[in-house]
Amino acid sequence: MSLSVIFLIILGLGAVAFFAGRARGNLFDPAVGAAAGERPHSRPVYHGWYVALAAILPALLLLTAWSFMQPRLLDAGIVASMPAADQPKTQIDRDAIIDEVKGLASGELQDAFNPASKAAVPVYEAARQRLTLGALVAAVMIGLAGAGWAYTRLRPDFRARTRVERIVMGILIAASLIAVLTTFGIVLSLLFESLRFFKTVSPIEFLFGTQWSPQTAIRADQAGSSGAFGAVPLFWGTIFIGAIIAMAVAIPFGLMSAIWLTQYAPAKLRSVLKPLLEILAGVPTVVYGFFAALTVAPALRDFAFAVGIPGASSESALAAGLVMGVMIIPFVSSMADDSMAAVPQAMRDGSLAMGATPSETIKRVLVPAALPGIVGGVLLAVSRAIGETMIVVMAAGLAANMTANPFATVTTVTTQIVTLLTGDQEFDSPKTLSAFALGLVLFVVTLILNIVALRVVKKYREAYE
Amino acid sequence: MTEMATNAQTVTPSAATDAVTTKMTARDVSVFYGAKQALKSVSIDVSRENVVAFIGPSGCGKSTFLRCLNRMNDTVASARVEGEIKLDGEDIYSAQMDVVQLRARVGMVFQKPNPFPKSIYENVAYGPRIHGLAKTRADMDNIVEGSLRRAGLWEEAKDRLQESGTAMSGGQQQRLCIARAIAVDPEVILMDEPCSALDPIATAKIEELIDDLRGKYAIVIVTHNMQQAARVSQKTAFFHLGTMVEYGDTSTIFTNPTEPRTKDYITGRYG
Repeated sequence: MSLSVIFLIILGLGAVAFFAGRARGNLFDPAVGAAAGERPHSRPVYHGWYVALAAILPALLLLTAWSFMQPRLLDAGIVASMPAADQPKTQIDRDAIIDEVKGLASGELQDAFNPASKAAVPVYEAARQRLTLGALVAAVMIGLAGAGWAYTRLRPDFRARTRVERIVMGILIAASLIAVLTTFGIVLSLLFESLRFFKTVSPIEFLFGTQWSPQTAIRADQAGSSGAFGAVPLFWGTIFIGAIIAMAVAIPFGLMSAIWLTQYAPAKLRSVLKPLLEILAGVPTVVYGFFAALTVAPALRDFAFAVGIPGASSESALAAGLVMGVMIIPFVSSMADDSMAAVPQAMRDGSLAMGATPSETIKRVLVPAALPGIVGGVLLAVSRAIGETMIVVMAAGLAANMTANPFATVTTVTTQIVTLLTGDQEFDSPKTLSAFALGLVLFVVTLILNIVALRVVKKYREAYE
Repeated sequence: MTEMATNAQTVTPSAATDAVTTKMTARDVSVFYGAKQALKSVSIDVSRENVVAFIGPSGCGKSTFLRCLNRMNDTVASARVEGEIKLDGEDIYSAQMDVVQLRARVGMVFQKPNPFPKSIYENVAYGPRIHGLAKTRADMDNIVEGSLRRAGLWEEAKDRLQESGTAMSGGQQQRLCIARAIAVDPEVILMDEPCSALDPIATAKIEELIDDLRGKYAIVIVTHNMQQAARVSQKTAFFHLGTMVEYGDTSTIFTNPTEPRTKDYITGRYG
């Protein structure tokens, strides 16, 4: 029997509790009879829910805690059951034996490398059954106790509706906290790993150094790779691709398409084109990556050779930037669209009534009035572009060059993170740890961009409401 | 032709017999929004000497008609206008008429003050800039000052020309919008309930201003406020359910209307 079966049993218990509570609630109905007099405070169904929640919630909490505890107890049990001579000396040995025992028990492994493991299997099985049974008994006891306690509290004037409402609110709060807490967890883990990195490489060298060569020697006698962690070339590559080239594409095209869609397009055409443009935002970035790497990049390289531009590479900043710009167009367009639609019609009418043409009205009234919203949209787009990974992994290069030649190869922060962390890696070398430091920088920059953008957009929204 | 339309037409000649120079003429104007007819066969004359007021309950078509006079209904895709509207004898709905030039000649002030989110100076300079009316900075300064003076706003605004137009009070904003309309030197000014968002003192100032502007510009004003129509206009048209029920001298309409429906509306029986 596993914990999931116990979970189902608890739910069954909850169902029984619900019907019992509701039946009791029905008795309070003056129409039914028994308790004549006042109208009950809550409808029977709320009494039912109250009892059911009182049964389920504590039992579930217990089960959750138990499911965290059980593996640890089991592991400790396995090791303790072994004769002192066979007991593992190191953490690695310990993990290996425990994995073996578990594999044998579940039937995944046919035979064990360590004979001691085989002997521990029956012990492990027995301990597991004992613990699971314990979990079942404890959960059912707590569930019954909760239901019984709740059941005895039911009275005609008991505020079951208010209580259930409060519990539901509590569950909703818990659900929304999960996202926030996860973000905090991510930040903490980034911070923690980054601190380990900064113990070996000074933050100043990392933030201002211009040499990026993360290969470090694993053995003392290995030649060549000394490791240099100056991230400026990566920051430059990221800005060059994400904030300069991509925006040079996305801002004009996004803005112009938004202007055409809001001001000129016939309603029917708009209702077709706008969703179409938004579908563009839903294309998986890896598909854009193919397109950038296999179509755009070779074409640009051939063009550069034909024109005689030096330093042209088949993994160019321009290819990645152009395709990323196309990907960002819907974001800019949709934000600009929203903010121009938010400019009151009266403003447009006022300008048109002065004898301004539609394009004069757009240029002199609409765009200036919508500018804060547009700027906010562009900032959000930049923050997305510099965090974008797939396109640059596929189309930008790995060489950390500091060049303003768009046909040359550059690398970005996200590309390097992927390169540093894929494959077999040891997680205590500065090489892998530097990925966390890069991630932290990226996180901080996009966070700032998002905060500024949202503030700008919000401030502007207030102006017209 | 409906009975009301006949009535309206029988009254119109009285306007033509006055010794005035007619600026705009509308004949048998009907407006449709999609399949729904919002205005039925309205005819009217507008002159410089007489301020014309349109009164009537909400949804009666008076604003719709006003917006026909400078083709602001063009911005509504489903709107269709029939009949004939002439400005100085030129058909404004003909293919030769440039709507941009038309709107420069027939200005408009809206119900809610709608200054642009620019400085006071730039608000007034907006039209002249678009139409290239000022060659030098000094010309523009003159136009701005003149327009603000005529709108009775110069004394209040001269020390804060660079402040945002949206920072002014509602009444000042509306006078700024009037100054903005005047700045392109129009021949006709259309006002769509210009005081409905203003307090009584600001309203009184606008009404005074309308009286000052009479004679220089042909003015048409839509209003819900019958006292206002009585105070500022010389001619009044009463609209009801998309038809012009009665049109005549303001004094006659308010003291001795021929139509029972006009009388009912003016005495507050409905509307």
